Amino acid sequence: MNVVIVGAGPAGLAAAEHALWAGAQVTVLDQAETPGGQYHRMLPDAYAAKRPERVQHGRAEFDRRRRVLAHPRCHWWPGSAVWAFDRAEKAVHILRGQSDGGGRRRLTLVPDALILATGAHDRTLPFPGWELPGVYTAGAAQALAKGERVAIGERVLVAGAGPFLLPVAESLLGVGAEVVGVLEANPFSTVRKGWSSRPWRLAAHAGKAGELARYATTLARHRIPYRLGRAVIEARGVDRVREVVTARVRADWSVVPGTERTYEVDAVCVGHGFVPQPELAVAAGCVLDDGFVRVDAAQRTTVDDVFAAGEITGIGGAVTAAAEGAVAGCVAAGGEPSPELIRARDRALAFADRLATAHPIGAAWRSWLSEDTIVCRCEETTYGELTRAAEDTVCPGPHALKLGTRAGLGPCQGRICGPTVSELRGGTERHHRPIVQPIRLGELAARTEGEPG
Amino acid sequence: MSGWLLPRDRDPVGRTDRPIRITVDGEPVTGIAGQSVAGMLLAAGWTSWRTTRSGAPRGVFCGIGACFDCLLTVNDVPDVRACRRPAADGDEIRTQSREENA
Repeated sequence: MNVVIVGAGPAGLAAAEHALWAGAQVTVLDQAETPGGQYHRMLPDAYAAKRPERVQHGRAEFDRRRRVLAHPRCHWWPGSAVWAFDRAEKAVHILRGQSDGGGRRRLTLVPDALILATGAHDRTLPFPGWELPGVYTAGAAQALAKGERVAIGERVLVAGAGPFLLPVAESLLGVGAEVVGVLEANPFSTVRKGWSSRPWRLAAHAGKAGELARYATTLARHRIPYRLGRAVIEARGVDRVREVVTARVRADWSVVPGTERTYEVDAVCVGHGFVPQPELAVAAGCVLDDGFVRVDAAQRTTVDDVFAAGEITGIGGAVTAAAEGAVAGCVAAGGEPSPELIRARDRALAFADRLATAHPIGAAWRSWLSEDTIVCRCEETTYGELTRAAEDTVCPGPHALKLGTRAGLGPCQGRICGPTVSELRGGTERHHRPIVQPIRLGELAARTEGEPG
Repeated sequence: MSGWLLPRDRDPVGRTDRPIRITVDGEPVTGIAGQSVAGMLLAAGWTSWRTTRSGAPRGVFCGIGACFDCLLTVNDVPDVRACRRPAADGDEIRTQSREENA
């Protein structure tokens, strides 16, 4: 069996480990130069860090996990952008070389089984001024702090929804930024209800309680307020953010008038959970449910010999992703997953449900928007333009909306605004990105340079 | 004030800094080997290096390659995501506008 795994984060590495145990030949591809994905983001090799474990969460586990890449039956291909999947030939098309570089090598692989572990990126809801430089996703702040030791600013506000905001604040403190506050939009009652029901089901995530306690201590030590039921509703500045406006919000995230507060900051990072990166699964013809790849109990997608694991099947964090990857790797390699492996995966999945219940997106967030608030960052399509186009009975449907307003037609191809535009018009997101990764026309026209050695 | 690179002597990870130098629109910018182009520019005080169709400034937003806000030109190759591209000593970076590449 020849198994190709796309993504070297927790899901992809666990998949590789278990596919190797089941006897397969494995190739692991990742766009990055180093394995780990976003969760186990590594410092650059050039930093020659003596104590990388000081910033890398779960370093011992990661060191153990990444050793699979050195297995004699494992091929590790960093710097590999998978840009297409040919359904007829079951071929995976890859460009290998410098990120977005001109001289990348074009290669194809035709595996017996394909495991997609492509992960997710931040969801950030729009608000007036969110397009200003100095407004970052929570993930950007984390990637720069943890991956490069760069602080995005001197005075930073962290806001949005979900437990991820806490490690982001910790990382910012770790690179010397002043964190003026951490704001969770959901009220205490929602968060408590989500996390405290059926606590025994959190057994798979025992480490999480300790982790939360550590964040709480860190915030307290630095006297950083952690407020629930409060959101960033506006960023202000001319060429870059200078101040942000926050407000108390109700359980549905509607603003409580008169509770606005202004903070002077030079950076703000905002994250409202995550959205999956399903482009390859879509290219392979996999069925999606609500944007996530549909999988069965063996992590099979709806397409033969294509498996999916991790955040593209549901947002559940690294433990869940690894548990899913383990099952996917085993089955893809023709093995039979042990009952323990299945149980571990099922227990981990309960965490994903809980996360969604404790940190939902309140439907009234759109009350933050004004007519001229930008929704599509690339094409600068405003909320007003979108509302008017959506109400136009002459040109109904998402296709007309896209052509009429240009939302989603810019460089990111709707990766950032897609879920928001769909939500605003009351539909489900449609994915049409036949080219999974950007590729230059010259690269597309070039003959395949040969099969990988 | 904006972004910066945590000084080596304050960084508990125990880095070894190897200085590198690039130019941005001809202006020299220094950083250390291993930094992304975006990280180097942020640490040098830049917050934006691209303009949109309307001329509005953009820099880093998502930091992991999803948003394409941080596009710039590296050694004459346009549309490189600054957050995904490790900087190399001597790189010649140019800021971009949408009109230029339309």
